[in-house]
Amino acid sequence: MALLLATCIGILAGSGVWLLLRPRTFQVVIGLSLCALAVNLFIFSMGRLRSGAPPVLASTSGTLADYADPVPQALVLTAIVIGFATTALLLVVLLAARGLTGTDHVDGQER
Amino acid sequence: MTDDVLLTILIVLPFVGSLLAATFRPNARNSEAWLAGGVALICLFLLIFAYPSLVEREVLRSEAEWIPALGLGFSLRLDGFAWMFALLVTGIGFLVVLYARYYMSPNDPVPRFFSFLLAFMGSMLGIVIAGNLIILLFFWELTSIFSFLLIGYWNHTAGARDGARMALVVTGFGGVALLAGVVLIGQIVGSYDLDQVLASGEAIRSHALYLPALVLILLGTLTKSAQFPFHFWLPNAMAAPTPVSALLHSATMVKAGVFLLTRLWPVMAGTPEWFWLLGLAGMAALVLGAFFAIFQHDLKGLLAYSTISHLGLITMLLSLGSPLGAVAAIFHMMNHATFKASLFMAAGIIDHETGTRDMRKLGGLFHYMPVTATLAMVASAAMAGVPLLNGFLSKEMFFAEAIETHVHSLLDTSQPYVAVIASTFAVTYSLRFIHSVFFGARPRDLAREPHEPPFWMRVPSMFLVLACLVVGIFPAATIGPYLLTAVQSVLGDRTPVFSLAIWHGFNLPLIMSAVALVAGALLYLALRNYLQHSPVGPPVLRHLNGRHLFERGVILLSLKWSRAAEMASSTHRLQPQLRILLLAAALAALVPFATGTLGLRWPTASDLDPALALVWLAGAACAIGAAYQAKYHRLVALVLLGGAGLATCITFAWFSAPDLALTQLLVEVVTTILILLGLRWLPKRFEEIRTDENPLRRRLRRSRDLGIAVAVGAGMATLAYAVMVLPVPETVGSYFLERAYTEGGGRNVVNVILVDFRGFDTLGEITVLAAVALTIFALLRRFRPAPDNVGSPLQQRRQNAFDEAEPDRKAGDTLGDYLLVPSVIMKWLFPVIIVLAIYLFLRGHDLPGGGFAAGITLATAFILQYLASGTIWVEDRLRILPVNWIGLSLLLAAMTGMASWLFGYPFLTSYSQYVDIPLIGSVPAATAMVFDLGVFGLVVGATVLMLIALAHQSVRNLRASRTTTAQAVREES
Repeated sequence: MALLLATCIGILAGSGVWLLLRPRTFQVVIGLSLCALAVNLFIFSMGRLRSGAPPVLASTSGTLADYADPVPQALVLTAIVIGFATTALLLVVLLAARGLTGTDHVDGQER
Repeated sequence: MTDDVLLTILIVLPFVGSLLAATFRPNARNSEAWLAGGVALICLFLLIFAYPSLVEREVLRSEAEWIPALGLGFSLRLDGFAWMFALLVTGIGFLVVLYARYYMSPNDPVPRFFSFLLAFMGSMLGIVIAGNLIILLFFWELTSIFSFLLIGYWNHTAGARDGARMALVVTGFGGVALLAGVVLIGQIVGSYDLDQVLASGEAIRSHALYLPALVLILLGTLTKSAQFPFHFWLPNAMAAPTPVSALLHSATMVKAGVFLLTRLWPVMAGTPEWFWLLGLAGMAALVLGAFFAIFQHDLKGLLAYSTISHLGLITMLLSLGSPLGAVAAIFHMMNHATFKASLFMAAGIIDHETGTRDMRKLGGLFHYMPVTATLAMVASAAMAGVPLLNGFLSKEMFFAEAIETHVHSLLDTSQPYVAVIASTFAVTYSLRFIHSVFFGARPRDLAREPHEPPFWMRVPSMFLVLACLVVGIFPAATIGPYLLTAVQSVLGDRTPVFSLAIWHGFNLPLIMSAVALVAGALLYLALRNYLQHSPVGPPVLRHLNGRHLFERGVILLSLKWSRAAEMASSTHRLQPQLRILLLAAALAALVPFATGTLGLRWPTASDLDPALALVWLAGAACAIGAAYQAKYHRLVALVLLGGAGLATCITFAWFSAPDLALTQLLVEVVTTILILLGLRWLPKRFEEIRTDENPLRRRLRRSRDLGIAVAVGAGMATLAYAVMVLPVPETVGSYFLERAYTEGGGRNVVNVILVDFRGFDTLGEITVLAAVALTIFALLRRFRPAPDNVGSPLQQRRQNAFDEAEPDRKAGDTLGDYLLVPSVIMKWLFPVIIVLAIYLFLRGHDLPGGGFAAGITLATAFILQYLASGTIWVEDRLRILPVNWIGLSLLLAAMTGMASWLFGYPFLTSYSQYVDIPLIGSVPAATAMVFDLGVFGLVVGATVLMLIALAHQSVRNLRASRTTTAQAVREES
């Protein structure tokens, strides 16, 4: 399973990076979102992969033997929301730049 | 009165007065002068009152705790030398205040002036009575700042602004150097306390760091005292009001440099380095300053260069390292302050009465103002070193020292000649000052008829001139004992025997004085006609303009070089910047492999689950497809991005992260809506082949990017795999698992971490979210779309054209029909989604859900209404006010945190308990829930604000085009 997930993280990151290097703002926005997915999965996978052990306590206390590590999950949860916010900010900045410069090239001018 | 009280009042009173002075009316010249003069007088009387106990005990001290951890105390220390200087500051300060009352015009905003002047006085007193080098440095910087503010007082003139800036840059630079030097001294001595520093002279002089410390301290003091080659700021500081020039730029602040040199004289002087560095700097300032002064046409310019020259004299005396030299230096500091301040006052009176300070235009003023002229003549004679005046005494001491041999060298041998030459120049410029202003042809075309100034405006000058005379005629009886106290406090056991007398017999110094007087007079006669018509500055050397060099330096450093460095190290184009950033990140990821912290092992695919593999087959295809399609088919790319997001969401659910899966799913929804809204403002893109780029280059560029993408992807996969197959170490996770319920009162550990254990992080995160949302809102308020996006989109125009063509339809009907069923469903889902949001929120502490998920859910409910019925329809019926949601929620979250202070706990300590509610039963209740409510509301507000701000652009645009159409119609009719 680790191999599968690692490969998928790689594919998401690779596709995202390819788009980040493209000249059009829309490509960069999509690329950033793909990279965000890859990075979130990566951080999440640092807590190792376990099925059927969500960190929701059945009794008053638990250990890592019975439950998945909650820390990477907490980190990723806020990262998802912040990721949405930064995507929105980037999009709006790029739209404003397009309005000002007349082009959607990330450099603000066609080469 | 105890020492503590005395010294504290000396330091605090001027600053209190300064604050008070700032509150007066703009034209309150009288009350300002009463206040400032009163403060100066109180300080002056306190000092006089303290003198007997000072003589008795040598040093008065006050110590207060400041930063005990660093061994720094707020210590104040008043000895004889400090007393003399403090007397100078307060005494001349008082006279200057009195003078300024009449000098300042009723139109000048005087509160600012007197407030800065008092604060300067306090800072200068701080330098003088500081008992600790760090404190001294603090007040040192304060004087630089108040000097800046006072030079720039008439900030509507360019000269004042430039002069102020130049003074601040030069003295500020010196202040930094001085700080470094003081730190070195502190390192050598082990303390910054002045008493301890003064006691460790031998250790300092023999230390390896002596030379660097000396150079740095000299940089600080020579810039402050306007010594060569940093002298140029002082003439430009003459843009300040004249009282400021009299107090700061002749009597006190510029003397701070030589004051500190004298303070450190016992511990640092006497080495060859000291002699050469200080001696050369002093000699250059002495001669060049005097020479330049002759060729100034501005009265204040002449006095400024003369000040540079006299400070050079003091510096040179200090450089000798002989106790008698130090005595002469201290004596000359006092003498110079008295005659120079009085001369500045005279220059101010002349300017005030005639409207000009140009000596070429002035002349014959003795006829109009005999009293002022007499006062200026006496002071000027003191400056030239005429017998029976105080300037003569210290100059004789200087000559006597110059003849002596201190260090066998060319510098030492040349000193007597240099001294005579400089004195000759001093006589010349003093004569010029008097002759060209008060004698000769009467001035023509003056703005007004000059006459004597008000009596009280002359009093300060009169007082100072009287001091010059009294000290000059009865030195031993008047200044003698005080000078001895001051000298003893600096030199201690090395205090030499010195006699203050006018007549020492026919000796070499007297002959030197006589030569200088005669030669100076002859030189003036020779230059007189030339000076009437010459340009400013001495011949040849006038091109060596320090001000121009400084300005060019500033431009070079702050503009040209910085721009060159920017051009060399970066680019204005974002694309290469992104590439560099990515490559740097990719290289950083290699570090764990390179250092061997992560090993590589051959992958095994033993436990592959076919279902998840299928999910990811689709997910990977979506990702690659999105990358492939994002240029020409944006909508397709967006849908494919959603596909990859769904695969991620399923993965979270698969591997025991229900909270993440839920949040990811909801965020996918809002992200898609967000980017859809953005699509409207992007240009059309047609699949055409670009012809302007070389195909080979294009292919190379794309191959390079593909290479980077594949490398980053492969690297990320390897890194992720390498970590995932490692055994699980003991992590902080078990801590949270053990305590989530017992201490946080919740079973959903992820939520408990977010709102309880790491609540402070979450507070930071929602603050960021709020900031981002407001930024987007602000950016969009000023949004100007590109011209090709201004009108309605093609599809909308076609639909409307179709609707208008049909007689029984109106615009928008097609869209309404098209979305009829979805919009009904969406409208009806509104309450359902609200209930879902509340449900997710309430269960959050124990089961997957929580503020973040619930917030996005509720935001989606609002957005769906916009989608179903359009902005106008919704906003006619529903006021959401997302900014209020953001503000109130952030307030709620912060107040929840602060509430724990009321119970004596740290910020954001949570409390939990089960509450029995009738019918429902036992319900968990934690203060963390209230905090989570803040998170919830903020996420709602931020998400809605972002999306609606973007959605509004279309409506705004429509309104704008409507008004333009209406206008066009009106204009036609």
